[in-house]
Amino acid sequence: MELLFALVIGALTASGVYLLLRARTFPVIMGLTLLSYGVNLFLFASGRLATGQQPVIGTSANYTDPLPQALVLTAIVIGFAMTAFLVVLSLRNLADNNNDHVDGKREKAPPSSKQEREVTGK
Amino acid sequence: MTHWLIAPILIPLLGGILQVVMGYAPISLRRTLALTITVISLASSIVLLVLASDDSYRIYAFGNWQPPFGIVLVLDRLAALMLALTGILGLFCHIYASGGADEGNRQFHALFLFQLMGLNIAFLTGDLFNLFVAFEVLLIASYGLLMHGGGTARTVPGLHYVALNLVGSALFLIGVGMIYSVTGTLNMADLAVKIPQVTGNNLNLVKAGGMMLLVVFGLKAAILPLCFWLPKAYARATAPVAALFAVMTKVGIYAIVRVFLLIFGEGAGELANLGMDWLFPLALITLSMGVIGALGADSLKTLVAWQVIISVGTLLAPIALGSVAGLSAALFYLVSTTWTVAALFLVSELVASQRGLAGDSIVTAPKMRHQTLLSVLFFIGAVAAAGLPPLSGFFGKLLILQSVEPGVEMAWLWGVLLVGSFLTLIAYSRAGSIVFWWHVDGHVETPEPINNRVSISTGILTCLTMLIVVLAGPVSDYTRATAEQLHDNRGYINILQTPVHVPQNPLVGESH
Repeated sequence: MELLFALVIGALTASGVYLLLRARTFPVIMGLTLLSYGVNLFLFASGRLATGQQPVIGTSANYTDPLPQALVLTAIVIGFAMTAFLVVLSLRNLADNNNDHVDGKREKAPPSSKQEREVTGK
Repeated sequence: MTHWLIAPILIPLLGGILQVVMGYAPISLRRTLALTITVISLASSIVLLVLASDDSYRIYAFGNWQPPFGIVLVLDRLAALMLALTGILGLFCHIYASGGADEGNRQFHALFLFQLMGLNIAFLTGDLFNLFVAFEVLLIASYGLLMHGGGTARTVPGLHYVALNLVGSALFLIGVGMIYSVTGTLNMADLAVKIPQVTGNNLNLVKAGGMMLLVVFGLKAAILPLCFWLPKAYARATAPVAALFAVMTKVGIYAIVRVFLLIFGEGAGELANLGMDWLFPLALITLSMGVIGALGADSLKTLVAWQVIISVGTLLAPIALGSVAGLSAALFYLVSTTWTVAALFLVSELVASQRGLAGDSIVTAPKMRHQTLLSVLFFIGAVAAAGLPPLSGFFGKLLILQSVEPGVEMAWLWGVLLVGSFLTLIAYSRAGSIVFWWHVDGHVETPEPINNRVSISTGILTCLTMLIVVLAGPVSDYTRATAEQLHDNRGYINILQTPVHVPQNPLVGESH
């Protein structure tokens, strides 16, 4: 279970960071979301992975730590609000600059097709 | 247990909620109420400053849970100093904002009060995860404030600011998770006890977690590789918001001082002084970068935004060296530079409002109205920021220079700080002479009238630098005592032993 869990966190974080470095706001938001999923799972794992244990000290020899679950809950709520804000902000960016480039730059004209170039002689 | 500790958090919280509810009330009523709340909040911060000056630690345990099991607020000299600094800055920024900058957004005052609340939680909390929550509270309010006033120019820097800080939050959580997985606690006092006991492989986990926290705090404080978001965002924010943000980078510095002195300080065994040998060169490079940016600035606000980065470098260099004298000098300079930079942001906005289309660009323009008042205010701000005598910036820098022991560090710090101050002076002279001394013929079509609130708040905030000079003795005594208190973390650890729940009157308890 530990290996699977670690691989999932790694995959989520790697895809999150990759998307974060893209030039459009939508992939950036997706990247931040994936990154926060990875982070939440990581926080959850910081109390060690245990199944079928009680979260109360003294009831049995092994117990599961309830604190990381509380931390994850807080992190989820905050991350959710922040993502919502970022979505609104990037919509505003789209409206203000007429494109969703993270630097607000106007796109260069797409390269014309081969046919057109041949016709215009360039 | 005194209940005063929760006041600087509760007062802006309740005031902010009230502002949300009465968003459609007349603006004069909302302004009056919001300003009243800011004044009361400042008053409570000053009460805490008086309470803290007896060198003891006071804690406020939520739900009467004995630390380390519950979240605690801890009041010591450093927390009280930062609270008072923020309270005074917040009040003048708020007065300025109520002179007209708060129009156009019904929730401006609510956001402003929530911002103050977030700052106050960050300074008071004694719990690492609660510090994360405080950062998020002050950030979400700052996102709203940064976008306040509209304008397409703010969207892109705002987007960068939000995205960067979200990544910072993710790193913060990873760092917190790594430290928790080894120590099993997030209470700062308890961490200071547990971290020196960490051994073996776990040492590297804690080390990585601690360094990750340093990266996050460095992002908030705008240390060099992480500072490029700052100038654009600050230069384009509304003036009172930019002025309030002068304290935001100081939150990062506060967090570095608090966490790294307490948890990874001298007594942390193998992890003692974690990251500090990285911090010193980075601080000096940050300082140099800020100076280069200031020299190349094309508008007054950009110039002041780079001054924020210069002051971050100046503050962190002595903190990284880790002496009591250095920390004391840095705290003295922190008070001075925060108010000066904020005042310069306000002055720049006033200048921009009097120059029509030229705005705050450093270009020659027709003669502005209120030239004398504005040039005098800018002159005072520039002298204090560049660190010339007789204003407080000079004393701050002098204390920092005096605090270093002779050696390689001294050569580097003296060299970079002195050359940097000289070049900053050139940047301010160039900007000031172009904006205030040289004119082209003609007149500005529509200079906006300057009302009393705006001019008085700017004037007082600018003149606080003189107040610091007059009170230099008491202020430096206070910062020295603060530095001594911070260097000895046994007092902070002792809060774990403080019994939280003491029956006030045992006899009454028995009769029930």
